[in-house]
Amino acid sequence: MTTIDILEETYFSLTANKVRTALTMLGIVIGISSVIAMVSIGQGAQSSIESNISSMGSDLITVQPGAPRTQGAGVREMRGNAKTLTQADATAIAKELSLVKAVAPEISTRLQVTTKGMNTNTTVDGVTSAYPGVKNLQIDQGSFITDQNTKSFSKVAVIGPTVQTDLFGEGINPIGKTIRIKNIEFKVIGLTKAKGGSGFGNSDDMIFIPLTTAGRYFSGDQYVTTINVQAIDSESMADAQQQVTNLLLARHHITDSTLADFNTMNMADLVSTVSSVTGTFTTLLAAIAGISLIVGGIGIMNMMLTTVTERTKEIGLRKSVGAKKKDISMQFLAEAVMLTFSGGVVGVALGWLIAYGISATGLLQTSISVSSILLAFGVSAGIGIVFGYYPARKAAAMNPIDALRYE
Amino acid sequence: MIEITNITKTFMTGEVAFNALGGVSFMIEDGEFVAIMGPSGSGKSTLMHILGALDTPTSGTYLLDGQDVSKLSDDELADIRKNKIGFVFQAFNLLPRTTVLRNAMLPLMYDEGVSRESREERARKALKDAGLDEGHFLHKSNQLSGGQIQRVAIARSLVNNPSLILADEPTGNLDTKTGDIVLATFQRLNQEEGRTIILITHEPDVAEHADRIIHVRDGMIVSDSREHEKRVKHRKIK
Repeated sequence: MTTIDILEETYFSLTANKVRTALTMLGIVIGISSVIAMVSIGQGAQSSIESNISSMGSDLITVQPGAPRTQGAGVREMRGNAKTLTQADATAIAKELSLVKAVAPEISTRLQVTTKGMNTNTTVDGVTSAYPGVKNLQIDQGSFITDQNTKSFSKVAVIGPTVQTDLFGEGINPIGKTIRIKNIEFKVIGLTKAKGGSGFGNSDDMIFIPLTTAGRYFSGDQYVTTINVQAIDSESMADAQQQVTNLLLARHHITDSTLADFNTMNMADLVSTVSSVTGTFTTLLAAIAGISLIVGGIGIMNMMLTTVTERTKEIGLRKSVGAKKKDISMQFLAEAVMLTFSGGVVGVALGWLIAYGISATGLLQTSISVSSILLAFGVSAGIGIVFGYYPARKAAAMNPIDALRYE
Repeated sequence: MIEITNITKTFMTGEVAFNALGGVSFMIEDGEFVAIMGPSGSGKSTLMHILGALDTPTSGTYLLDGQDVSKLSDDELADIRKNKIGFVFQAFNLLPRTTVLRNAMLPLMYDEGVSRESREERARKALKDAGLDEGHFLHKSNQLSGGQIQRVAIARSLVNNPSLILADEPTGNLDTKTGDIVLATFQRLNQEEGRTIILITHEPDVAEHADRIIHVRDGMIVSDSREHEKRVKHRKIK
């Protein structure tokens, strides 16, 4: 039998009963399409988080109090837990280090904020005028905290669009209005541009006030919760990080670096942490979807066994005209593989459509990689081979005399 | 040229042994038209399976064109069937939902020596040989009469140019008239083309169409008309 012969026989056989073929393929179609859809959601989430983080500045180093952890987990937990970084540390970093372009220290607290009749509980960040530059933040209306504000301990605030909606209503101009933070009156002088994105220090839901004001009225001391350091360029990141570490160790009089009372993290570290988490998440989703593939494969095996039994006489006939065991098993194996591969093609198309649809609704971003599509094809063909093997072998092993007599 | 020497076949069902054939011997020359006749249970089917290389004997030798095919492996037997044997069965001769042409080409598909292009040509020739009208070539088996189906089966048995055609009760499912036409076709193939044909049957009327009748009963040959002829000839000469 030539390859074309096998393909012809397979085609005739599968199109003989189109409904049965379609129903059997369904298992694989559902399995593959759900794997593709799941993986694309996972990969989309990963790349959107990564780009989100990157948008905050790929040349950003974050310094936080507390001992360094091995895998940088729980950046949020560290906020304000320990008190080892000071405003003076931040100033020193800006002044003394050659590879540092700008420094933006933060005093971050969660407080109750009210205005006439509305209230919200949100993050209040004490910052300097360097903050927008270092953290890639843009102003929509009004202006940001100035150096003068910082010097004068002014009670001014810049709010994000989510806070605007919560306190004043969507689209209502907040400039000039008054808000009370922990019962102290602040005047709103600016509104930030919406940055969107998932969690992670979402600036839309924050209120910015001068660093000094926060220190005096809310944290009560000179300690900062975070120092954001911007390196002069991305290539200098690692070296800049080392410079910052060395400087702080010296300032804090610590000789053994393993006993540091602060930790530094650059965006690259963060991105790789997030990647590994979403990667695990994606794998888990794919595995769950993969279970349906196994079920689909069992369905294929079942149908092939039925087909083989139904075609017992035909197998006897073929053997009587000279077909060998190998010819018979190739024929039925090819049928199984063609079935699963076609199911895979339809499944990939369907999965792609689902992923596209999800993207279009704007709920989540999805992305499909060429490698995952190729993998899907490979897996579907593989399922055909694995689950078609036993029926094919059974067909080949039939005794021609008994097969011809089969009623 | 077929030489059967002391063929026995024993089937084991659990502990019980059943002797289907108990020492059968005969010779068939090229170009003979032989009928093997016997009641059901006589062992004629078993004999046919061995002659057709579908099964091997428990003991004894079967020489086909000088080659001993009595001790071959499954794959080797398949090759013998592919190259040297053509079958016509009583029923279910054709692949369902498949055209007449493709059915006739079936044996050639398993022959690497035949190109795809020449398959159809050979099938057409064989179908004409078997007396089937060209108009039916693209019909499927459910569109054919019983006699036409058997013609396709005969064509298929010819297409690989076999040394031997084995017909197992080929007229069993046909009415007398159609059956006679089919048997006449066998006679024509034998007389005009010199095909060696072995016909297995339990009906004397059918067996009469052959030149020589071998009677089988209880796994043994009871009579062989060729031997009878030889004796008659011998007596005549005397």
